[in-house]
Amino acid sequence: MTDTPLTLAQTDGRALARLRRWWSGETANPVKRVQFDRPLTPWMFLLPQLAVVAIFFYWPSVQAVTSSFYLEDPFGFGATFVGLDNYTDALTSRGYLSTASFTAFFCVVVTALSLGIGLLLAVKADKVIRGAETYKTLLISVYAIAPPVAGLIGMMFFDMHMGPFTEIAAWFGHDLRVGIDYWDTASALIVISVWKQIPYNFIFFLSGLQSVPVSVREAALIDARSGWRRFRDITLPLLAPTAFFLLVINITYTMFDTFPIIDVIVKDKPANNPMTLVYKVYLDGFKGNDIGGSSAQSVILMVVVAALTVLQFRFLERRVHYG
Amino acid sequence: MAHLSLTNVGKTYGGSTQPAVAGVDIEIADGEFIVLVGPSGCGKSTLLRMVAGLETVTRGDIRIGDTLVNRLDPAERDIAMVFQNYALYPHMTVRDNMAYGLKNRGESKSVIEERVAEAARMLELRPYLDRKPRALSGGQRQRVAMGRAIVRQPAAFLFDEPLSNLDAKLRVSMRMEIRKLQKRLGTTSLYVTHDQLEAMTLADRLVVLNGGAVEQIGAPLEVYRRPASTFVAAFIGAPAMSLLDARVDSGQVMLDGHALAPVAHAPGPITLGLRAEDLRITDAGLPMRVDHVEELGAQRIVHGMVGDQSLAVVDTGDATLAGTVRIAVAPSKVHLFDSTTGRRIEAAAQPAPVPAE
Amino acid sequence: MQKIKPLDHAILILGALFLCLPVVMALMSSTQAAIDIHSNGLYITPGSEGAATYGKVLTQRGGFTGDVTGLLMLTNSMIMGLGFAVGKIVLSMMAAYALVYFRFRFATLMFWAIFATLLLPLEVRIMPSYQVMSELHLLNTYTGLIVPLLASATGTFFFRQFFRSVPDELLEAARIDGAGPVKFFIDVLVPLSKTMMSAIFIIMFIYGWNQYLWPLLMTTDESFFTLMRGIKSILQVWVGSQIPDYNEAFALAVLAMVPPVAVVVIFQRMFIKGLTESDK
Repeated sequence: MTDTPLTLAQTDGRALARLRRWWSGETANPVKRVQFDRPLTPWMFLLPQLAVVAIFFYWPSVQAVTSSFYLEDPFGFGATFVGLDNYTDALTSRGYLSTASFTAFFCVVVTALSLGIGLLLAVKADKVIRGAETYKTLLISVYAIAPPVAGLIGMMFFDMHMGPFTEIAAWFGHDLRVGIDYWDTASALIVISVWKQIPYNFIFFLSGLQSVPVSVREAALIDARSGWRRFRDITLPLLAPTAFFLLVINITYTMFDTFPIIDVIVKDKPANNPMTLVYKVYLDGFKGNDIGGSSAQSVILMVVVAALTVLQFRFLERRVHYG
Repeated sequence: MAHLSLTNVGKTYGGSTQPAVAGVDIEIADGEFIVLVGPSGCGKSTLLRMVAGLETVTRGDIRIGDTLVNRLDPAERDIAMVFQNYALYPHMTVRDNMAYGLKNRGESKSVIEERVAEAARMLELRPYLDRKPRALSGGQRQRVAMGRAIVRQPAAFLFDEPLSNLDAKLRVSMRMEIRKLQKRLGTTSLYVTHDQLEAMTLADRLVVLNGGAVEQIGAPLEVYRRPASTFVAAFIGAPAMSLLDARVDSGQVMLDGHALAPVAHAPGPITLGLRAEDLRITDAGLPMRVDHVEELGAQRIVHGMVGDQSLAVVDTGDATLAGTVRIAVAPSKVHLFDSTTGRRIEAAAQPAPVPAE
Repeated sequence: MQKIKPLDHAILILGALFLCLPVVMALMSSTQAAIDIHSNGLYITPGSEGAATYGKVLTQRGGFTGDVTGLLMLTNSMIMGLGFAVGKIVLSMMAAYALVYFRFRFATLMFWAIFATLLLPLEVRIMPSYQVMSELHLLNTYTGLIVPLLASATGTFFFRQFFRSVPDELLEAARIDGAGPVKFFIDVLVPLSKTMMSAIFIIMFIYGWNQYLWPLLMTTDESFFTLMRGIKSILQVWVGSQIPDYNEAFALAVLAMVPPVAVVVIFQRMFIKGLTESDK
């Protein structure tokens, strides 16, 4: 298990190097020393995946880009080319900008909290011996719960009639009105999203911690008396690659995978409720029938995600060198 | 610098009835180099790690200098440890690896710098001070691990099989270096290995462990010449001492019906120990059927059978050996062990007195 | 020699409670009467209405057409989870095999064509994807539910990495023994990948089972509803009702979370392996 988190990283590190070689026109190194040399068989094996990718990835992606330059008639009678209008409309509209800033805020808070709590629990679970397996199982099991189910359970907890959180807030003299008050809804979204994401971070941090060689920890035990110092100087730097990987994954999670949670809590009533950019794409496209605008927003999101992913792989490339 | 004393030290892991280390007593003088040696699972590493504070002590006392350290954290014990896989911090430079422990003890910058520079000079690490461990070779990493121990100027060095990850050639040269360094610094050292050659060449005194208990403590030559048990006899020395079932009859050790040497011991079955290098091929003596011959260049080892028991003999001749040869041994080189307990039977064959070290 | 402090356990217990208590309360509340939940709040003790509630949720026909039952949604979720996991493994193993074990023209180009799918999650191209599906007449079909989700290369990368770690000598030995590419794949590589396949299967099953947005768009015909889609409808019915069927909503939630949670708990070791080695 020691080097497991690095395995994919290695592939993609090499993969990037291969891309460079490919661009520069050199022949790529064969992956294997011996390979089959048949012109048709590989295509037979590749065909199913390629077909799915072409039809369900490239076709819609291209369509998203094209329709972002058109203004579509709401009744479906043709479309007019409008150039970058959809983009400028989106980027200058107040609604879009406030959604964008909420998305950023939401990302920062959810990522910080779920990473922090996940790390804290992983460090403690790594330390205890008694009951370690039980803690692990309990802390991991929530991972499997679907975001909409998390949203539903969360909604009950924030229910205005009988939700425990509403009652707790009432003790402190706060009238919690999730679904009506902007910041109340935002808090509920944050709590539920963090709750759902902690197990994922926990699993990766724990596996990262367990891949720190025992003897390195022991050397640290001899070198430093204070447990906090050992954590800060030795454990944390060695966890940095895992943490960075998780940082990107968590941002992606908050941007995209929280969609069902928002949908369940906000329930198609955007009125005065916070939402993320992805939810707005869905709302404008499917509820507002603004296909061009929705597509333009999609393309903007594509650029953001693509940048994040490239960043992640670039980093993973370097991450290989540790250890 | 300090002496080290282990009094009745034992360790039993939770859930196990068999102790991993059972009541070990060792007194180590200031500046002494002690090697703990034994096969894997004999408890030697556990013992070392108890001294380091990485394992709890379930029985007995460990003292470093005059301080009882049983309950102290590793960082408070004033020891330094060199690990088998070096355990260097991968994210720190060589310099920081060495300085880290000192920094945590609040040493001043100038002291740290001075000590790191001194260690780097001794270990010829100066060109690598700003490199990360991953940019170093195995031997260089080993030196950094040594350096990290040296800069601390601890009361004791603890070595946990530090050479076993190196190739054979490097192992021999590092072995000599460790010995020289230790003599020069005069730091009390406890060294764990399973390699009997390493143990013999490094130690002031050897501690041979078996099944968590001490089989024998003594200077390397003393252990070699007068092994306290069949276990030690078979473990120390290469090729391993041949152990054969024999009898004492009317003042003679009888092997396969042949009288081998006179002994002063009551008649009955005994275990006879013969070192290959103490035996010689002669014209008359014990007959041995030659099985095969290992040529080592300077000498050769002749493996053969006496009755149905195997025996090895070192020979320096180059005549072709086949069929049966005859073997002789000096009476002082005959080792006798109790055939049931395996303990050495002393004064049996009037061995030559062990010269004082 | 680590000293265990009570504080460590306190933090872990608190964390476990924070994560698990809501699930337990959902489970317990699902066995209570809706009116009790409405007046008393959520329960952490089991009630007596469990059998009735679950019986109703599983078998009573609901929805606008009166065709959909909990059991049907459970079946659809199962089809979705299993279909997705199996499809993913088959497609990605084959593709990875071609990319690793063959020398052919455009191999690098194909590699990147597949790799690029990792850049963009489905959510950002949801609108055009819907249009494509409707042009292909795949709305309200199992194919439309499952196949488009297979267009991401996560599994391909996992298997590619694994195949690369298989010793070269194995292929050499197989070729000396006269095995062609298809035989080598079926007789050597597939049996060798069993553990990896199980690990990836668990991750993918959960992923497929938990899909929400895609089924939401793809299915208007209630006979194709999954449990996740059912949660959406039960919430829509709530709007305006006096005492919402809290118990039924919880029962639906429990049905929706039990299979994936059980898979994770039972195959914990394999699940962690699959997750940490395949990244997503």
